[in-house]
Amino acid sequence: MNSHHLPLRPHRFEGGIHPADGKAYTTDGTIRIPPLLEKYQLVIQQNIGVSPLLKVKKGDTVKKGQQIADPVGNISVPLHAPTSGTVGDVHDISGANGAPVQAVEIIADGKDEWCEPMECYPDWRNTNRELLLARVKDAGIVGMGGASFPTHVKLSPPPEREIDTLVINGAECEPYLTADDHLMREQADRIITGAGICAKILKISCVLIGVEENKPEAIRALRTAAKGQKDIVIVPLKVRYPQGGEKQLIYALTGRKVLAGGLPMDVGCEVQNVATLAAIAEAAVEGRPLIERVVTVTGSPVADPGNYRVRLGTPVRKVLEWAGGIRKEVRKLILGGPMMGFAQSSLEVTVSKNTSGILLLGADEVRQFEAGPCLSCGRCVEACPMRLLVSTLSKVCENERYDLADENYVMNCMECGICTYVCPAGRPNVQHFRRAKAEIRALKRRK
Amino acid sequence: MEFSDKTDNKAPVQPAGQSAVRLPEAGTLVLSSSPHIRTSLNITKIMAQVMLCLLPAVIMAVYHYRWNAVRVILLCMIFCAGWEMLWCKVMRQKQTVRDLSALLTGLILALNVSPLLPWWLCLVGSFAAIIIAKQVFGGLGQNPFNPAAVARVALLVGAARPMTTWAPLPSAFQHLDGVTAATPLTAASQSAAQQASLDLYNSNEFLWNAFIGNIGGSLGETSSLAILIGAAGLLLFGLIRLYIPLAVLLTVTVFVWIVNQVSPGITPGPLFHLLTGGVMLGAFFMATDYVTSPVTHLGGVVYGIGIGIIVCVIRIWGSFPEGMSFAIVIMNALVPLIDKFCYKRPFGWNPVNAFQPRRGEIK
Amino acid sequence: MTILLAALALALLGLILGGLIGFTAKKFAVETDPRIEEITNLLPGANCGGCGYAGCADYARAIVEDGVSPANCAAATEENFQKIMAAAGQEAAKRERKVAVVYCSGDNHHAVHVALYNGLNDCRAAAALSGGGKGCRFGCIGLGSCARNCPFGAIEIRDGLAIVHSELCKGCGKCTEVCPRKLIHLVPADSKVHVFCNSLDKGPEKRKICTAGCLACRKCVKAYPELFNAQGFLVRARDGANITAEQVAEVKCPTGALQTVESHANLGKGKEGAA
Repeated sequence: MNSHHLPLRPHRFEGGIHPADGKAYTTDGTIRIPPLLEKYQLVIQQNIGVSPLLKVKKGDTVKKGQQIADPVGNISVPLHAPTSGTVGDVHDISGANGAPVQAVEIIADGKDEWCEPMECYPDWRNTNRELLLARVKDAGIVGMGGASFPTHVKLSPPPEREIDTLVINGAECEPYLTADDHLMREQADRIITGAGICAKILKISCVLIGVEENKPEAIRALRTAAKGQKDIVIVPLKVRYPQGGEKQLIYALTGRKVLAGGLPMDVGCEVQNVATLAAIAEAAVEGRPLIERVVTVTGSPVADPGNYRVRLGTPVRKVLEWAGGIRKEVRKLILGGPMMGFAQSSLEVTVSKNTSGILLLGADEVRQFEAGPCLSCGRCVEACPMRLLVSTLSKVCENERYDLADENYVMNCMECGICTYVCPAGRPNVQHFRRAKAEIRALKRRK
Repeated sequence: MEFSDKTDNKAPVQPAGQSAVRLPEAGTLVLSSSPHIRTSLNITKIMAQVMLCLLPAVIMAVYHYRWNAVRVILLCMIFCAGWEMLWCKVMRQKQTVRDLSALLTGLILALNVSPLLPWWLCLVGSFAAIIIAKQVFGGLGQNPFNPAAVARVALLVGAARPMTTWAPLPSAFQHLDGVTAATPLTAASQSAAQQASLDLYNSNEFLWNAFIGNIGGSLGETSSLAILIGAAGLLLFGLIRLYIPLAVLLTVTVFVWIVNQVSPGITPGPLFHLLTGGVMLGAFFMATDYVTSPVTHLGGVVYGIGIGIIVCVIRIWGSFPEGMSFAIVIMNALVPLIDKFCYKRPFGWNPVNAFQPRRGEIK
Repeated sequence: MTILLAALALALLGLILGGLIGFTAKKFAVETDPRIEEITNLLPGANCGGCGYAGCADYARAIVEDGVSPANCAAATEENFQKIMAAAGQEAAKRERKVAVVYCSGDNHHAVHVALYNGLNDCRAAAALSGGGKGCRFGCIGLGSCARNCPFGAIEIRDGLAIVHSELCKGCGKCTEVCPRKLIHLVPADSKVHVFCNSLDKGPEKRKICTAGCLACRKCVKAYPELFNAQGFLVRARDGANITAEQVAEVKCPTGALQTVESHANLGKGKEGAA
């Protein structure tokens, strides 16, 4: 392995904050397996790109893991039934970002029978990489860290791009979430296998797994699983949000800066989440498609917080019931982490491939926006990991001068939420910037 | 292939009856954009913390000047708050006095003026600080000039006599007169040609007294020790960064040192300039004002250097013995220019992907 | 003596400079058509942009130089409009006066809130967060982007619903640009009755989240098929249909979504619903 990849000490990116950790609620314990449900509402489009086409209709019988929607084109992945049973209606349910989405109902028959497994390759080291890549697509795997970009597309970069490093995101920098932590502790073998498979597909020999220092057990488990494999290195990272942000992670581990507006492959890197790796290993080696994922259910109002291996299509209502319900008034229900997750208004939202956490916040933990005047105190400018002039952007966006916002590089904003977290005036900066980006994109489209 | 996987354990979770658990009620959840957690710091807390850090200076002022100090401080703070309340009422806006910024401005203004200031000049000064320097620009966050500095400048220029009438100290340094006791600065600028007084002002004894606060001057400017304690508090609370104050103080030191080398005898040494007058108070509490200082650290350094140079020039060659407020106000005018040139490039910026402004396009 | 010299010097200077100004004003005068200024003064001066030009002065220039029809200005008074037509040398024409209507009756008394919105006070920003609290994803968000954008102050937000005061509305169309739900439509000023609902949801679903929505029960369509047009789960008045208040009273719309513009403007003012 090239020695210049091996950092003696990870680079420190500029900016970032230490929000209150909140991980104590769910650090202990193991991943729990919940009981089977009567009905699953499976959202059809769970990936960025083109929605898969449903190929079953009401009344059809399906088995667990059976492909019920075919991909359309390359930037699309198939969808699989989470359990055996009958297909119900296709209707609209609340989606994670507020807009209604199409979902297919699967009515369980209680037997939970697997379908015929896909062809799998236990001896993946000696298997053709094309076959492995095909398996990744057939299993419906997307980026499970939240991006939900089809993984097989990510693993097939254009041939002119030279990729030499695979960067694995085990940082889990979002407060409250511990799903990746437990996954790394309990399924370290799968993760290392997945890393090896990705390295084989990408034809590279350097894999760097970044894990924040507050997960010593996970680091130990991964190191044990990777023993003897010289090309996989586990690197402990400083605990700082957003350590797991793509560009920050690449900079910390390799010292390379992804250009503004660029992609990791521009600097020869590919980034994958540990959950995605575990899914890849399951698909390629065991022949199992993606039908469930680990979700952290946490927050001070939750009676029994923990991590659950939830099947896709499970309503949030059910997951909260398994976690013992709430023991005090809830103000916010968030899918994802507190810094970048989406607030929900309905309990009927379902778990998708990129749902890493279900977070409840009580009334005393939620502060209303006041949108005070910007004092130019500079806290946001100091903390922004993308080095943007946030106070200027905040002021111009408030005055709806999106042309000036564009000049100040608002399109580089990764919406990590740090600027809004630190602002003493309570300004809703991320909302301003999301709006600015939407307007700028609309303006560009109109041209 | 076997994985050492604990999750193959099929033990189900304790079954929960549907009615046994309590769930969030429909219609009670809050929808907002991420992030969903925020710091507990707000503007009121910041202002309160700054006022707390000014407490050592206030204590020293009261210790030296007794009732006059209390009178001036209270009057300035009350008048500032009053002007702001009046403005909001007349303009039919929401009352903003709750964010304590007017009280802080009043306190800093009080610490900038002589303890013998008549009550009606406190009123006029507060008017200049709050109405003219802050509210007409749009209130907190919109003012280009530091309100307390503007008020002091306005009072100095408009009411020079009362502003330069100082009170005698109980433990006044013997060298100075009693009635219209000059501050060391006025004395130094007047008798600058005399080598004897220079020796005095450079002496350790004098400098020690200047550090502790046994010299004449305005309420907050005498004791550098108290200011430094307050500054330590500011740094501990995380309210300021050291870039601006250090830039100011280092610039003053270097500039005066150079002047002393090039043309000795026209002014006392750097320590004298640092410990007398408003340099300490201005550097830590006024130049670091969020609204009127540059946004980036580099900008702050440039700003501090500018303040240092101007204050030394005014003190050594100018017609005013004290130049800090003028220096701050002049540099405030240059802050938009500083911000324009001292910016940050985004992470991963490259000339190749630099933003190309489209000429001639209006939104 | 010195004062006299000073006064003389100043007077001479004034004369020379004044003469210079006068000379250059004549020599370098720019030829403008005086009609442009005349028409600019006749136009309302609100610079609302409803005509499609960058302000009243620009529109006046376009009328005189490019021969654009003055009928694009919806905001000018009738008297001024005739004068503009005369000044532009065009035939006296009829302008079709349009007003804006908000196709929603879901104020806080009728619409069900499924969440509490906390964030920017802007409808477009709230629309990205699933619409700011009200259950209906087609309805008025009620945060006032349209009201703030109206150059004539014709829109009022009452109880979380945008209400257009048609006597103030000039039909410039700025509100229609801003509404993220595209609820506001410009209709002919004579059209006094509309179905004030924008939702395409099914009737039972609609009923759960708003008591003023159009259930598409088609009572109105059955009574007057020539005046109404049923489009799936929503009924609309046909273009150009002049429905009267008596007809509205006769139909007895079960939810009150069918109402006159006047009764919509009185929503929430102590009167219960409409018609």
